[in-house]
Amino acid sequence: MTQPTALPAPPPPVSVPPTAPGDPRISRVVLSRFLRHRLAVASLIVLVLLAVCCFGAAWIAPYPRNAQNLLEASQPPSGTHWLGTDSIGRDYLSEMFYAGQLSLAIGLGVALLATLVGTAAGAVAGYLGGWPDEVIMRVADLFLIVPPVAVLAVSLQGLGPSPLTIVVVLSGLGWTLIARVVRSRVIQLRHQEFVEAARVIGASGPRIVVRHLLPNLTGLIVVNVSLSVAMAIILESTVSFLGYGVQPPKSSWGNMLTQAAGLIGTSQSYLLYVPGLAILVTVLAVNFLGDGLRDALDPRGRQR
Amino acid sequence: MTRYALRRLLASVPVVCVASFILFWAVRATFDPLAKLRQSVDPTGLRRETVRLGLDRSLPEQYLLWVKGFVQGDWGTSTRTGGTVLPMVGDALGTTLQLVLWGVALAVVLALAIGLYSAARQYSAGDHVLTGLSYLGVAMPAFWFGLVLIQVLAVWPKQQFGLADPPLYFVGLHSVGHGGFDLDYLRHLVLPVVTLTVGLVASWSRFGRATLLEALSSDYVRTARAKGVPRRRILLRHALRNALAPFVTVVAMDTAALVGGLVVTEQIYSIPGMGKLFLASLETGDVFVLLPWMFVVAVAVILFNLLADLSYALLDPRVALR
Repeated sequence: MTQPTALPAPPPPVSVPPTAPGDPRISRVVLSRFLRHRLAVASLIVLVLLAVCCFGAAWIAPYPRNAQNLLEASQPPSGTHWLGTDSIGRDYLSEMFYAGQLSLAIGLGVALLATLVGTAAGAVAGYLGGWPDEVIMRVADLFLIVPPVAVLAVSLQGLGPSPLTIVVVLSGLGWTLIARVVRSRVIQLRHQEFVEAARVIGASGPRIVVRHLLPNLTGLIVVNVSLSVAMAIILESTVSFLGYGVQPPKSSWGNMLTQAAGLIGTSQSYLLYVPGLAILVTVLAVNFLGDGLRDALDPRGRQR
Repeated sequence: MTRYALRRLLASVPVVCVASFILFWAVRATFDPLAKLRQSVDPTGLRRETVRLGLDRSLPEQYLLWVKGFVQGDWGTSTRTGGTVLPMVGDALGTTLQLVLWGVALAVVLALAIGLYSAARQYSAGDHVLTGLSYLGVAMPAFWFGLVLIQVLAVWPKQQFGLADPPLYFVGLHSVGHGGFDLDYLRHLVLPVVTLTVGLVASWSRFGRATLLEALSSDYVRTARAKGVPRRRILLRHALRNALAPFVTVVAMDTAALVGGLVVTEQIYSIPGMGKLFLASLETGDVFVLLPWMFVVAVAVILFNLLADLSYALLDPRVALR
């Protein structure tokens, strides 16, 4: 990052902006505002339960991973197999938990990586302006033209569909959204008094961005993380469904749906509903959580 | 306004060039268009085809050759089917546009109706139900919804009532021997159109509700109320007219994304449109189809975005385009 202001002074202690998350009074206000958002709290509980079930599958799931029992293949739900078994005799509930590991991990990974890259790019573009701004935003424009599923399929075809490349490629798509939002907010803020003040006392460019501008964007960034998780989970399941995403023997909710799609019209068509509902519930909960966090973190929010 | 439109179109030329070159490079780097020929027993065939397709030259040269042919109307031949590309892309585009047209028309009507109802009766029971449904619509993966529709509305009734064929078809747009606009076409159309509409209605109705509420809380609406203008007239003449400009913009921009974005819907319902063409070409590395495909999609996006801006200026006289 270059330094736009060249004031040769040592970085003095600078007052933390009024909305910094470290302030104990502020975090108490945020917490109490969040707790009043009942739907968001319920969503948080649902998400925690899902995460515990999926990532604790080794202890919680009733059967071990990929445990096949061909004698019990294609059974309807029963006391021993709560969701029945698939065509090679695996317990469907256990498979759901194990598949959820990958779906949730990809969703979270994409959200964090995309937000990190997008925030950095947006902040640099907005704060520096000029040619860095021009270059970054033109690259972001490129992604507007081509449909996301097409970008995903081409790049996963080329790079190979390991979970890590899926995360990288999905983040490569997702960063543009947050970059635009962060950029426009930084442009609004960069000439406000507290930024000018920081510059006058000699704070460096990176320090102004990290300590003064970004804390003001906390709400925006947190909401974007939740939006990206939702988007990533849906996109992952979509590309896995098309055959370019997670490949069997690995499983995610998306490729469980691919297999269940072949069961349409058979007595086992109910297996179609389970992974789809898991995706639906996760995305819904993440969206509600995002709404709650936005209301809680928005510094100009109403004191309800 | 014409000058503005022309300048916007000119400005998008470099973006399309860069995007198409990146796609060209990405596909050529990962695919061998002559893979089939390499197993052939005729040793001269490989050499001949390499020279004929210009594959012995450098990538930028190949790209320029392709651009030259493309501009002259020679879009090349598909390495997958051996047919000429221009009619292939044309047919696929025609098919996709049918879906887009019906889907967007249905979605606009539903979204406006829901938006008007929700805005007129904010926080009523009906508003809450519709809000909940729109959250569901946004969170639902489209392909899963499509599969569930096939099971519930086509396969299940057929099995349950022992019908000869399902009440709603889920393969293609016409049965064999049918064509044009008839009952058969409509029975094919319902499921894919509903599948692609759900997400659109969900997000457009939320957006419509928000812009209508904003208009309803403005000063001119308060003035109209004070003068005693009837509620219905306020809603339709004062609020709706002002909310329409941003609404149309969002509709046009989302429609742009549909032209190349129906990959999943077309895959589920085996409809030979742009999405299906893309998948088939990608599986075989058919770069001579993928490039025109991307070009057509990019042009559609640019045109619809331009349309969005122009319609905003037309609907909102305060906006001047320079």
